Amino acid sequence: MSESAHIRVTVNGSPIECDVEPRMLLGDFLRTTLALTGTHFGCEHGVCGACTVIVNGDSTRSCLMFAVQADGGTVETVESLGTIDALHPLQEAFRTHHALQCGYCTPGMLMTALDLIRKRPLANDAEIRDGLSGNLCRCTGYQNIVIAVREAAKVIRASNL
Amino acid sequence: MKPPPFKYLAARTLDEAIDALACSDGEAKVLAGGQSLVPMLNFRLLEPAWLVDINRIPGLDGIQDAAGSLHIGALTRHKTTENAPLIADAFPIVTAAMSHVAHFGVRNRGTIGGSLAHADPAAELPMLAMLLDASITTQSGKGKRTIAAKDFFRGSLATALEPTEILTAVTLPKLPPATGWSFEEISRRPGDFAVAAVAVTITQQGGRCTDARIALAGVGATPIRFPQAERTLIGQTIDAAMANAAAAIVRDQCEPQSDLQGSADYRRHLVGHLVARGIDVAAGARS
Ligand SMILES: Cc1cc2nc3c(=O)[nH]c(=O)nc-3n(C[C@H](O)[C@H](O)[C@H](O)COP(=O)(O)OP(=O)(O)OC[C@H]3O[C@@H](n4cnc5c(N)ncnc54)[C@H](O)[C@@H]3O)c2cc1C
Ligand code: FES
Ligand code: FES
Repeated sequence: MSESAHIRVTVNGSPIECDVEPRMLLGDFLRTTLALTGTHFGCEHGVCGACTVIVNGDSTRSCLMFAVQADGGTVETVESLGTIDALHPLQEAFRTHHALQCGYCTPGMLMTALDLIRKRPLANDAEIRDGLSGNLCRCTGYQNIVIAVREAAKVIRASNL
Repeated sequence: MKPPPFKYLAARTLDEAIDALACSDGEAKVLAGGQSLVPMLNFRLLEPAWLVDINRIPGLDGIQDAAGSLHIGALTRHKTTENAPLIADAFPIVTAAMSHVAHFGVRNRGTIGGSLAHADPAAELPMLAMLLDASITTQSGKGKRTIAAKDFFRGSLATALEPTEILTAVTLPKLPPATGWSFEEISRRPGDFAVAAVAVTITQQGGRCTDARIALAGVGATPIRFPQAERTLIGQTIDAAMANAAAAIVRDQCEPQSDLQGSADYRRHLVGHLVARGIDVAAGARS
């Protein structure tokens, strides 16, 4: 039992080792300690989904988990997807189908969609809507996000990414 | 919106977690999926001195088929309960209800033990524990206890758990053969807590009802059963008139509250319709 904890965690493929205060939220750790500011905090109490990252293979709200809990695990953030010059198929689909306006919800949408594409058949739009129901967007009206995820799923599955 | 400082222990064994709770003088909270506890910490509604994280304790999760019941470890995540063939086989009503428990990402971490211990009056799993006559197993420095669901839920966010106790498992006795079921929920948005939810099972033999159970969530401070309405169905051939009569009893006896999700009148109105429909579906859905 200690005031500060030493953690080892793999973030986007890179091993990280550092001391954290137990109360530090995983999202704050990513944003402030690691300067990975792609992950956004909206509500900080679990309702908006903007802060979603993938922890040990499961999409997770990074405002509802402490960094210390990720010790020994792996974290994937939106920074693990593509680069400006080489967008990930999900990012490419969001651009093509106008699935973002202000972009605040987008990192959470992308990471949730990635987890959904990995795990669920997404046989129809109702399944996509159900999977994304925990991610709020104030701008788009969702329709274009659903289209982008549907189209990205096809590309990703065809290319085995 | 940031949690207050606390000391943190990632317990490796159940004994270690129990010892930590015993030493904490009631100042410790168990951390399971964190999907209800961490929002409360972020809002600073709670300032525990210690968090005892049970996520790394081996053997606290998993679903086992044991002599006429299913035994579900406290740390079993919602995603596991939602997808488990053992649950779908024995309790399709639980499988159906799980898609109403929050959202994909929340179900990745939230646990059944956390849902029961948190005891939100609008939550699905506490209601199902009432419906299915679950028994809840706990452990503390003083030993093990088994608590019937009907004695477990004491009020809104209040249970029979002592601050030094860990909920370790929940046991669901299997339903008799020829039991039909129905789960109906109205919520403001998909995945939100229920404005009103109704769960019904009806067991029939030779065209007559031999067992009936009706449970409500989102209406009142705890999940609740309605023995008087259930009794009116037993021994009867269930038709629309019987269903309406039982639903009227539930509607009159329930004690809904008004809040931002809906008024008491609206909830009472929903309950009448949902219970009547629930009995209809449960009586006809399977035989
Ligand atoms: C956006 C959102 C929507 C949601 N919607 C719903 C919904 O529609 N329906 C629903 O049912 N739930 C909903 N939830 C809550 C979710 O189901 C939680 O997972 C659940 O209520 C708590 O489980 P947990 O494992 O996360 O527990 P935690 O948050 O870790 O703990 C909750 C409480 O239980 C105690 N506790 C946890 N485990 C134990 C244990 N083994 N022994 C003793 N005490 C324990 C903790 O100390 C704490 O007081 C929602 C959550 C969010 C963030
Ligand atoms: S910031 Fe985490 S869910 Fe809103
Ligand atoms: S694009 Fe603005 S919140 Fe979704």
